[in-house]
Amino acid sequence: MTTEREPGPLMTVQEPTEAQRKPAIESGADAFGGDRSPIRTYLNQRGSGRLADNSFAAVVLASACSIFVIVLFILFILIVRSHLSLVQFGWHFFTHRAWDPVSGNFGALPFIYGTLATSLLALLIAVPLALGVAIFLTELCPRALRAPVSFLTELLAAIPSVVYGLWGIFVLVPLMRDVVGPFLTKTLGWTGLFAGPNFGVGLLTASIILSIMILPIISSLTRDIMLAVPNSQREAVLALGATRWEMVRIGVLRNARIGIVGAVMLGLGRALGETMAVTMVIGNSPAISKSLFAPGYTLASVIANEFSEATGSLYLSALIEIGLALFLVTIVVNTIARLMVWAVTRGSPARVG
Amino acid sequence: MNTQSLNSQQGNFQPKPTRLNIARRTAANYFISGLSILATLVVLAPLAAVLFYLIYKGASSLNLAFFTQVPAPVGETGGGMANSIIGSGVILLVASLMGIPIGIAAGVYLAEYGRGTMLGNAVRFTADVLNGVPSIVMGIAVYSLVVVEQKHFSALAGGIALAIMMVPTVTRTTEEMLATVPHAVREAALGLGVPKWRTVLSVSLRTASPGIITGCMLAFARVAGETAPLLFTAFGNQFWSFRLNEPIAALPLQIYVYAISPYDEWHRLAWAGSLVLIILIMVSVTLVRIYANRGVLKGGS
Repeated sequence: MTTEREPGPLMTVQEPTEAQRKPAIESGADAFGGDRSPIRTYLNQRGSGRLADNSFAAVVLASACSIFVIVLFILFILIVRSHLSLVQFGWHFFTHRAWDPVSGNFGALPFIYGTLATSLLALLIAVPLALGVAIFLTELCPRALRAPVSFLTELLAAIPSVVYGLWGIFVLVPLMRDVVGPFLTKTLGWTGLFAGPNFGVGLLTASIILSIMILPIISSLTRDIMLAVPNSQREAVLALGATRWEMVRIGVLRNARIGIVGAVMLGLGRALGETMAVTMVIGNSPAISKSLFAPGYTLASVIANEFSEATGSLYLSALIEIGLALFLVTIVVNTIARLMVWAVTRGSPARVG
Repeated sequence: MNTQSLNSQQGNFQPKPTRLNIARRTAANYFISGLSILATLVVLAPLAAVLFYLIYKGASSLNLAFFTQVPAPVGETGGGMANSIIGSGVILLVASLMGIPIGIAAGVYLAEYGRGTMLGNAVRFTADVLNGVPSIVMGIAVYSLVVVEQKHFSALAGGIALAIMMVPTVTRTTEEMLATVPHAVREAALGLGVPKWRTVLSVSLRTASPGIITGCMLAFARVAGETAPLLFTAFGNQFWSFRLNEPIAALPLQIYVYAISPYDEWHRLAWAGSLVLIILIMVSVTLVRIYANRGVLKGGS
């Protein structure tokens, strides 16, 4: 299989045919006294000449390069459009607390805080659950249940963001306000994390919605990574008399840890940029508060809420600068994550989900 | 003599397993197994809850008017989302027409030309990174490119935003599916003197076509529910619109507007719209899954 995947055999087959064809053309030209052999003419009529081949390669190459162009273009246009705010505020934009469109004073710190708080809290909820699901699916699950359960967890990823938001507004928010919120205040109120009035909307609700949305990504990637760990590792640990959990811990998780960290970072990338569901349940108030019940704002949701009603070019360019920051941060996070996942699953065959 | 030394060695190597130790390890094993089963149930609970509420709240609002009428003004009952369903269809058609050919061509480059080259790896990596860029950023970028130039919101801008989101998914699936086509098939075609471009089109792509169609449908289902990139591009519309250079309604956009509105009648329509959207997406994803699992390509490589 490995030899088939390499381009080697293909090249060696192709080159002799090229080499054979050339003398054939020469002799054909001699024999028929014309410039071209009938075979060559026929092939050219069918569009099988060098020109067609090269132009096809060029079209395909151009399409591939268009992906670069798209990324560079997004970067370019975001920088151009946020120029005004970049020049006016500089680096202070990211450390400044005020967000006052009326007096034209903009700082992104509340949004950065909201984004980081919700994303990290979402990871805190989602990662243990996702690991549990992945362990269940790869090591414990009966074979007959494996496909349906993994299909159902991936179905979670197919539900659109806006539907999660709708469900969050009408189901999760009342639940948080009337049941979960008071319970948390009673039991964990002394930490100060669950103080203040509880409206149901806020950082905690947004984090729960986010954790549901990033779970399928982390769990399906972790499952793939755990499946990529060779069985010989499992057998070796089992042969030493380990229980199944010890086998998973020593033989699988320890081997897959870089990839799992990568999967978690991919989930983080998704959580940072998630817009609609968060916008609908976070409460949309540019404030920094310690309480998880307090309404907040994220980078993505401020764009979604205020972009279409932004008056004045400074306001608009400040919002676009937030978009630029989001773009750069997710690219960095995704790049690191991809490299980590790639380092583990490199050797295993490709899978389509 | 010999057995004695062996016994003493064994004593050094392996402490006699105490009953307590075994009990602890077994208990940990069962505990973790229980936790992972519990985690799976906890994860499946929101799925069940979302689907239950969608059917419970949405199904009662689905009627003929929902599929045939435009939204009613505030205060009036009735009305539907017909223009949003059609609008979503128009935007998705535009997006597919632009995104799928570019995606497939880029995938062909990765699998057939760029395998192992520096440029190929860079394109593959960029596609993966582009896949993770937040959809709202696509919205701003397309707004700055198309809407600002045109000076008005348009269906075309929405289509471009969604097309950009489709490209990386289609590219990576096409590449992975082409990689499963055995080299012997390509070599057979090339050995008959078929030029490379025709080999790619009629042999490689045709062999891998079920998988590629699967990938395209997955990309389609993924962008069908996207709201964020449409907020500042397609913008939404309360009336019928089929023109590409006018603001157009879209189902996810309309659901968002209705969900955050204060009117019960609109909330009801939002649930119904979500149910329709989710049925469309789930049907396509499930079909894809059944089709892909049938093992059309299992013989490859």
